Amino acid sequence: MKIAVCVKRVPDTETRIKIGGGGGSGTGIDEAGVKFILNPYDEFAVEEALQRKDKAGTGEIVVITVGGDAAQETIRTALAMGADRGVLLKADAIPADGLAVAKALAAELKAGGYDLILCGKLAVDDANHQVGVMVAELLGLPCVSSAAKIEWGEGTAVAEREVEGGIEVVAFALPAVVTCEKGLNTPRYPALKGIMAAKKKPIEVKPAQLGPARVAVRSLTLPPERKEGRIVGEGPAAVAELVKLLQTEAKVL
Amino acid sequence: MANVLAVVEQRGGKLRKVSREIVTAARQVADALGGSGSVDALVIGAPGVESAGLGAHGADRVLVAEDASFGRYAPDGYAATIAAQAKAGGYAAVVMAASATGKDLAPRVAVQLDVPLAADVTALAVEGGKVVATRPIYAGKVLQTLEMNATPALVAVRPNTFTPVDAAKAGQVSKVQAAVPAARVTVREVKEAPQGVLDVAEAPVVVSGGRGLKGPEHFVMLEDLARAFGNAAVGASRAVVDAGWRPHGEQVGQTGKTVSPTLYVAVGISGAIQHLAGMRTAKTIVAINKDKDAPIFKVADYGIVGDLFEIVPKLAEEVRRVRAS
Repeated sequence: MKIAVCVKRVPDTETRIKIGGGGGSGTGIDEAGVKFILNPYDEFAVEEALQRKDKAGTGEIVVITVGGDAAQETIRTALAMGADRGVLLKADAIPADGLAVAKALAAELKAGGYDLILCGKLAVDDANHQVGVMVAELLGLPCVSSAAKIEWGEGTAVAEREVEGGIEVVAFALPAVVTCEKGLNTPRYPALKGIMAAKKKPIEVKPAQLGPARVAVRSLTLPPERKEGRIVGEGPAAVAELVKLLQTEAKVL
Repeated sequence: MANVLAVVEQRGGKLRKVSREIVTAARQVADALGGSGSVDALVIGAPGVESAGLGAHGADRVLVAEDASFGRYAPDGYAATIAAQAKAGGYAAVVMAASATGKDLAPRVAVQLDVPLAADVTALAVEGGKVVATRPIYAGKVLQTLEMNATPALVAVRPNTFTPVDAAKAGQVSKVQAAVPAARVTVREVKEAPQGVLDVAEAPVVVSGGRGLKGPEHFVMLEDLARAFGNAAVGASRAVVDAGWRPHGEQVGQTGKTVSPTLYVAVGISGAIQHLAGMRTAKTIVAINKDKDAPIFKVADYGIVGDLFEIVPKLAEEVRRVRAS
């Protein structure tokens, strides 16, 4: 079983974002002091790949990313979890245009002979929520996005995805692209042995064949601060006052 | 003339609330583009799907693409139908929803039209003839403004952000051809959540619990508070979801859902950055926490300091009393 996992290097979710970067144009973030991680949703994708390979007893897991040299660290994290090798599609900057990124990934994946392509449902930085599905569509493959549960069969699978007020049950055949939602599995932590082994695993670096970027970032701004609130009081005695304020001042009751 | 296509949503043959928001957003773009462009609302569903009422929010025409296979979401058929209509209509912009379905569907449409997609958009404008979309990134810690340099400009708008406005247009209904390619994926069934359970991303009121609840068994207290409000969903912090107390579908924050309810009640949640990012656009925020220095109080409009086990039942009681009177 040959599995590709598309991953992204993103700032840790506890990061306080400062606008800067983008050559001082205010269209990027200030990366100074920012801790970068493997996108949390991609961890579910890597874990699912590892479990599929374990089950099959044989196979190869290739971790692919678009990014700068620093993205090699992100690939190493996935390799430390147990993936076999990495491919860095090198780009100076990741375009805001998700389709341009999807085209670079699709160009790499096309001739790879993958049985399964896994992605996170979204990257927690730009939250484009589109690249995995676009890759599938570009390759003409079946796609289930935001899968929170998958029952694997022989060359087929049934996935569940959450929709507003319900669960959609989706059947598909392999090869396919699946984007992973939290809850699909519990990603393993890289063990020391895995971290050591990852250092020797190969990472191929080649230029990303990005599609034309037809989205321009005009600006990044911080959302307006919320107005300073107030402590209504202490303990259950304050409840009546709170409810009164919700009714008469906030007008939400 | 700059026409706009509004791809509305239905479930079970009934138009979803977000449809009115999509038409409203499309109307706004069409008017901003000038040249008295019209808005076409596209309804995709099984024969007999609801199509009435969209004229009230600014749809000049309502196009209905029916096929027996379109009762449930059919990703390949829906995408092909939208792409075919978008190409045939020569639209300046195509507006969809960044709903669960839209998040799956819009990227497919983008590829078929070979245009970029602005996802999860919370504000739209037209500047210099170009559609400019603003969207929260880093789960709302930053707003990104994008200029769309392809035609049609494809945008998916976040539910609950474009308030439906009255802008009566003809809304004349006609049929269009459904495109039905071989389905690569099939939605076998939709398991509906039990009656009365609202989705945390859609509910007007969200009552969220964190580690302060001390254990999963105490969430019954929040469920009761949610019932007291009548229109509330229960949410959860990442800590309690990771601990397995609550399902991940309820998680609010950067690796969960971003919510914009009218009222958000944070109970026993300290207010980690990734959580605040997911709920800071709520209209009114109430925090109940025993620690008066908890960061949640920095974003809360109203706070009560104290023992949530005493405060929450009292709050449920008081809300019931007020709503009954």
